[in-house]
Amino acid sequence: MPPPALHPDEKSASFWRDAWHRLWQNKLALFGLLVVAVLSLVCGLAAPLCGHLIGYSYEQQNLALGPVPPNHAHWLGTDRMGRDLLARLLYGGRISLMVGLLATVVSLVIGVLYGAVSGFAGGKVDMALMRLVDILYALPFTIFVILLMVFFGRNIILLFVAIGAVEWLTMARIVRGQVMAVKQQEFIEAARALGLRRRRILFRHILPNLLGPIIVYATLTVPEVMLLEAFLSFLGLGVQPPHSSWGVLIKEGAEVMEEYPWLLTYPAAAMALTLFSLNFLGDGLRDALDVRGSKD
Amino acid sequence: MVSAPATSGPPFLRVRDLKTHFPVERGFLFQHRAGTVRAVDGVSFDLRQGEILGLVGESGCGKSTLGRSILQLIRPTGGVVLLDGCDLTALRGRRLRQARAGFQMIFQDPYASLNPRMTVFDALGEAILAHRRVPRAELPARVGDLLQKVGLPPRAQRKYPHEFSGGQRQRVAIARALAVEPQLIIADEPVSALDVSIQAQIINLLARISREMKLALIFISHDLSVVNYISERIAVMYLGRIVEIGPAARVFEHPLHPYTQALLGAIPIPDPVRERQRIRVVPPGDPPSPLNPPGGCPFHPRCAQARERCAREVPALEPFMDPSHQAACLRTREIN
Amino acid sequence: MPLLSVNHLRAAFHTRAGVVRAVRDVSFQIERGETLGLVGESGSGKSVTCYSIMGLLPQPPGRVEGGQAVFDGVDLLTLSPRQLNQYRGRRISMIFQDPMTSLNPYLRIGTQLIEPLLIHEKIGRAEARRRALDMMAEVGLPDPTHRLRMYPHEFSGGMRQRVMIAMALMTRPDLLIADEPTTALDVTVQAQILDLMKKMREELGMAILLISHDLGVVSGFCDRVMVMYAGSVMESARTGDLFYHTKHPYTRALQKSIPALQVKGRELYTIAGAPPDLLHPLPGCPFAPRCEYVIDACAREEMAPLEVAPAHCSACLRAQKEDLPW
Repeated sequence: MPPPALHPDEKSASFWRDAWHRLWQNKLALFGLLVVAVLSLVCGLAAPLCGHLIGYSYEQQNLALGPVPPNHAHWLGTDRMGRDLLARLLYGGRISLMVGLLATVVSLVIGVLYGAVSGFAGGKVDMALMRLVDILYALPFTIFVILLMVFFGRNIILLFVAIGAVEWLTMARIVRGQVMAVKQQEFIEAARALGLRRRRILFRHILPNLLGPIIVYATLTVPEVMLLEAFLSFLGLGVQPPHSSWGVLIKEGAEVMEEYPWLLTYPAAAMALTLFSLNFLGDGLRDALDVRGSKD
Repeated sequence: MVSAPATSGPPFLRVRDLKTHFPVERGFLFQHRAGTVRAVDGVSFDLRQGEILGLVGESGCGKSTLGRSILQLIRPTGGVVLLDGCDLTALRGRRLRQARAGFQMIFQDPYASLNPRMTVFDALGEAILAHRRVPRAELPARVGDLLQKVGLPPRAQRKYPHEFSGGQRQRVAIARALAVEPQLIIADEPVSALDVSIQAQIINLLARISREMKLALIFISHDLSVVNYISERIAVMYLGRIVEIGPAARVFEHPLHPYTQALLGAIPIPDPVRERQRIRVVPPGDPPSPLNPPGGCPFHPRCAQARERCAREVPALEPFMDPSHQAACLRTREIN
Repeated sequence: MPLLSVNHLRAAFHTRAGVVRAVRDVSFQIERGETLGLVGESGSGKSVTCYSIMGLLPQPPGRVEGGQAVFDGVDLLTLSPRQLNQYRGRRISMIFQDPMTSLNPYLRIGTQLIEPLLIHEKIGRAEARRRALDMMAEVGLPDPTHRLRMYPHEFSGGMRQRVMIAMALMTRPDLLIADEPTTALDVTVQAQILDLMKKMREELGMAILLISHDLGVVSGFCDRVMVMYAGSVMESARTGDLFYHTKHPYTRALQKSIPALQVKGRELYTIAGAPPDLLHPLPGCPFAPRCEYVIDACAREEMAPLEVAPAHCSACLRAQKEDLPW
């Protein structure tokens, strides 16, 4: 039987500052944040880095050279077409991270709006909207993407759409649940009592109180999306050559992993590192933003 | 003076036969009606402008639901609420929202009734702007005025709710209710979550506001002594009905209904000699659930004075000795 | 020898904002079979005192910083958790304020009731069950056989509190610590529970430490009362003496704050000022900033409770100098 909170109120200046402090104390989460930040920076600067530092571009082929293990000319080695692996890794990372971010944002926008409306409306509207989500959930993702690709051809925008179209479902469910929980709180009743419009209550009172869970879930969606993209690319449905993404690199590397192991090791390591880091960061954010914020 | 007699005149608020029933549905796939929770089961009373009515009862009696039903935060299933002649139960949509400026609520939990993400300025400004146009530039001054009215410094508007103590938060909540300039305020257990020494401050504040602004106030509480202090009239609720209503002093000193008598008897007196010597009848069992109300008089299973007819007939509020003091008991005459 | 003797207990919470001195030098004694009431508002340290004695303080922020809690000759504060478990639940039991959260919602009532017996006494399940049924009847729970198999959510608040009392008394403890046991209950149910506790006290003869903020409850139930403020003891005396011959301005102010005793038509008496800041304790008496009878020395001199009348201690300087103006 745990005793209730005993000590008197602590005067903390701001919820966000408190959260940041809690995050700061979580070394694993900070590590994750650091890694993600560094990787994003490096990949974002892929072009100038390739130009000035590395000296190769991602599409430069050197067929005569063929696949060579890491050496001081090619720091991570080359692939079967003589393309520098490090350059491809950087450019690939740029695409993977971009897909991850953009698809997450798309799913965020759709999911939050959908879930918020459903949770706020309640009753039959909520039931109908959620049944739709249930049905869409049941659709096999792979087939859906293949269909999209078949109809509209392969391009990277379609990739975003396909992934976003799948990810928003879970976001919608989560947001709906959160909205229903916040809706019960007394300050929402107070807002109704004041005679505020429903739209205002939703956007000004309910959604800002959901920022915590939304941020956390968004951070955890990015690695999911990146994995999805890798999966699609692995199937040959995603990014097309000469562009690379980490998924493509992993696919190519897996095909020849016995003979040229470095072609798999480095892309896989980069992917794994990023996924771990994002997950640590997401976990840390969830702990940091864990709402003690509405009650001291 | 706290309890100056209210302005006489026609009743400002008339509640007639108000009922709020909640259906209880059971069933896994196909829900069927398993019963009804009669939270408010036929309540009628009047309130004059500027009058303070205390509403007491224990858990399950429906006092909170009654407060919310009057304010249309929960839509009643039957009955009429006339505020200054306008039937609130008939209002819908935009007209209801606009009418809300006339009646407000103060909630029990000061930690939950303020949006933690909004500063005091945001919250009060929003309330002010909800029903009237005020130039943005004037808002800080207006908010400052409101805060001073409830005893807080104007600069407090920059802070977030969690930077305040419970009592201060309740003051902010009162300021928010006052911002729309209502004529009726229903306070649902406004001091129950506060320390004893802070309770007095908030009670004083509410009494002063009601007096100065001629606000009708319904003060809901389970604490009879607090209610007695602030109210001109007291209504006692049991299982969705008012079982006794009358001037506060009379209800307190000469309770007519056995339940009121039991309630008063159960309150511990901070006076060791009197407390240990008093003889009182503690009603056995628990307050019943409004899902399964007993037939006849709702209190009869626990009543020491019950007779056979009490299980059959439902008593109505009848005056006894004083027209303003009524009790819903079949045996009022015999008991008193 | 008193059953429980607490000497100079100190406890604090080490938070990010600073050190919160929740209990500052508290001493008191409880004799066998005696009922002591511990009165104070939130922040007074009354709950923290009891949790410290029972070893229930959440350890990372909370810490017992000094003092003794001698129970039947043994200082509980020096015991390891395992040794402490010989006392907790067996010779010292505790009941809490909120019956909703004090019972495990996933276990049947019967399971929770017999648990203390199975752990602390070496008796079989059948015997434990029989005693549980007896105890349930004692505490006034109707239809005990049937109710043993029910879950907490099927009970009302008052019934849950009866179950808590039954659980606490199953092992016939020497001391029962009750932390605001009736605060969350309706007033008629509160009266029932208090009557029940009085009855059990008569039958079992245990000592009771009752924590409450309600002077009314305490006045009818306790032999002696101790008033706390800002982690320190302000006054302690026999109940009658405390109420009729108050020797501390804080106690007097508390009594004056009770609405029932006040005249309608005038503003309610309020204690001036704000609750104390436990992060930055001021020198001298913690009540000095709000006290109507304060003198210069109050904010300077170290305060400690001293006997100012037979069996009546007060921490007020003026009381100790017999200088109280009432």
